[in-house]
Parts: sequence; C-alpha cells; structure tokens
Amino acid sequence: MRLLTHNMLSSNIKGVTNGFPLQIEAVKVVEKQVDFNPDFLKNMFSKVDWTALAAASKALGYADLPEAAGADMLDSDDFLRRFHHALLQLHLEEGALVCPETGRRFPVSKGIPNMLLHEDEV
Amino acid sequence: MKLKQLESLLGTLQQFSNPKIDLEQYPTGPHIASRMLYTAENSFGDVTNKVVADFGCGCGTLGLAASLLDAEYVVGLDIDAQSIEIATANAEDLELEMDFVQCDLRNLGWRGPIVDTVVMNPPFGTRKKGADMDFLCAALKIASQAVYSLHKTTTREHVKRTALRDYNAKSAEVLCELRFDVPQLYKFHKKKEVDVAVDLWRFVPQRIQGKGL
Repeated sequence: MRLLTHNMLSSNIKGVTNGFPLQIEAVKVVEKQVDFNPDFLKNMFSKVDWTALAAASKALGYADLPEAAGADMLDSDDFLRRFHHALLQLHLEEGALVCPETGRRFPVSKGIPNMLLHEDEV
Repeated sequence: MKLKQLESLLGTLQQFSNPKIDLEQYPTGPHIASRMLYTAENSFGDVTNKVVADFGCGCGTLGLAASLLDAEYVVGLDIDAQSIEIATANAEDLELEMDFVQCDLRNLGWRGPIVDTVVMNPPFGTRKKGADMDFLCAALKIASQAVYSLHKTTTREHVKRTALRDYNAKSAEVLCELRFDVPQLYKFHKKKEVDVAVDLWRFVPQRIQGKGL
C-alpha cells in the first residue's frame, strides 16, 4: 500500500472517535517508480492531510518532507518531487497499521492492509 | 486507448478460481467492464488523472480498466483475501500499479475527499438482500465526483428512490441497459449460461461543504 491509501484509511472500531491517522509499524518498505505528474500533485495537495503524510513517510524511513506545508510551496519542483515520492512511490509491504486510540494492530502483508474487524469491534 | 483494445486487454485477466457464492462473486466480463469505464471517461471525464476506487474489486477488472484509461491512482477494496491475491497478479501481468485494502465496506473507516470516482459491480443482493445497496451507500459517502455501478434492471425504481432520498445522491441516472452473462459457476445453476438485465448507473454525490470544490 502507498501513503495516499494510508491518508484515507481510518480505524472504525466501535467506540473509537478519532481513528485517524493510523500509526505505522514498518517492517519492509519498497520503492517503485511512477511517472511524475505535477498537476495531479497540486490538485491532491489541498485534499491530503499533510501532518499525517509527513509522519507516515517518516515511519517508512523517508524524512525529506517538511512537517508543515503551504500552497506557496507548490511552485517548487523540488518540493513537488518529494511530495510525489512520499505519496506515490513508497510502499509499505510488511508491517502494521495501528489504531491511534486503542492500539489495535491491523496487519499489512504483501502490501495489503487487513482492515477487517472482529465481531466484537463492529 | 480504443474501446476494442481496452476490452481485449481486460479479456486476458485471470478470474475467480474458486468463487464464493455467499459473496456473490461473479466476474465482471470484459465487454461490460470496458464499456463502463470507457463511458465514464469519454462522456464524463471521470477517470483519466483521477483517483478511482473499485468497491468489491474481486479480481480487479474495473479498477484495472480505470488504470488502463490513465487514472492516476486506483485502489481496490474487497473483503476476500483470495480475490485480492488474483487482482494483485492481474495488476502485475498488465504492469499497472493498484493498491488494495482488505475490508468490509459496511464498516469501513474513511477520511476525506480524496477519491474522485467509485466504480463497482456490487453483489446484486440476490443471495443477501440489500447487499448492493450497502455498497452504494458506502460509495456515495466516499466519492466526491461520481459513482458508477451495476444493478439489476428489475430494481431500478428502488435504487433511484433510495439513492436520492437516503444516500444523499444529487442525481441518479441510468446510462444504459446491459446484459450481464452469468456463466454456470455454481452447482445450483441449472442452465449453462443466463443473461441478466442490468442497468449501468451514474450517481453524483452531493458536495458537502468544505469537502473539495
């Protein structure tokens, strides 16, 4: 899974009021090249939760995103390339996503997070 | 990409090896899948450069069709690990990037306005009543631009009424009626192949204030 997916997922266990963002335990991370599309990134910028993305990319071992970012940075090619890399090229292959409220672990195996809830969590 | 080319690429995809009837796993054929995504892009511009989610992605046919039409990011959601495994292999065969999440759409936690378009071939709710409507309800919460879905033609009025009244759809339109080939997949199927009339729908969600444009 890539970090754009992480930016959308939230823990939905019964009783949890704020399940976003899920913390990341990274065991294996891979990088795959994707075409650079600045227009797409500019469009995504306003929709992405930046704090969550920066923390997630750090958890995957990529610390080159600023902790806060503003729309004025979108003119910088360097910034866009870092954003591109974090959002679209980093893959969490093995590890877990962890509910920020309960600590419940959702395993990630072969790149696929398992967000299925147990009966008593629904 | 031409429609014919899209259809023939989708025809190479691996389908369910051991379909599960309780999940109503029926493959979305290349004919229907190619027309669905081709229409979404060419009539409405809902695919190219967009973020697309494939709900109940099964073997990934619709999501991969979106990817072939240059969706920028595609994520497939399914409850069944085996289906996702096949879908992953299909994506690799076509050399396409697609993310997958194993989850139950009825209790999925999801943030924000990132997904533009949802495409889906939901379970028709023949075995489990209302399954297709659960999918539609979730899709209209997550899509910010459009939802494309297939539902049995016999349920047309119900789908329209429920989408507009209960699921916050701004519009619900049948784009065309298609024949869905149901091959003899399961033991209880007596006939070799059956045609089911299905509607291809396009739903537009209400824009919630502060949610995107």
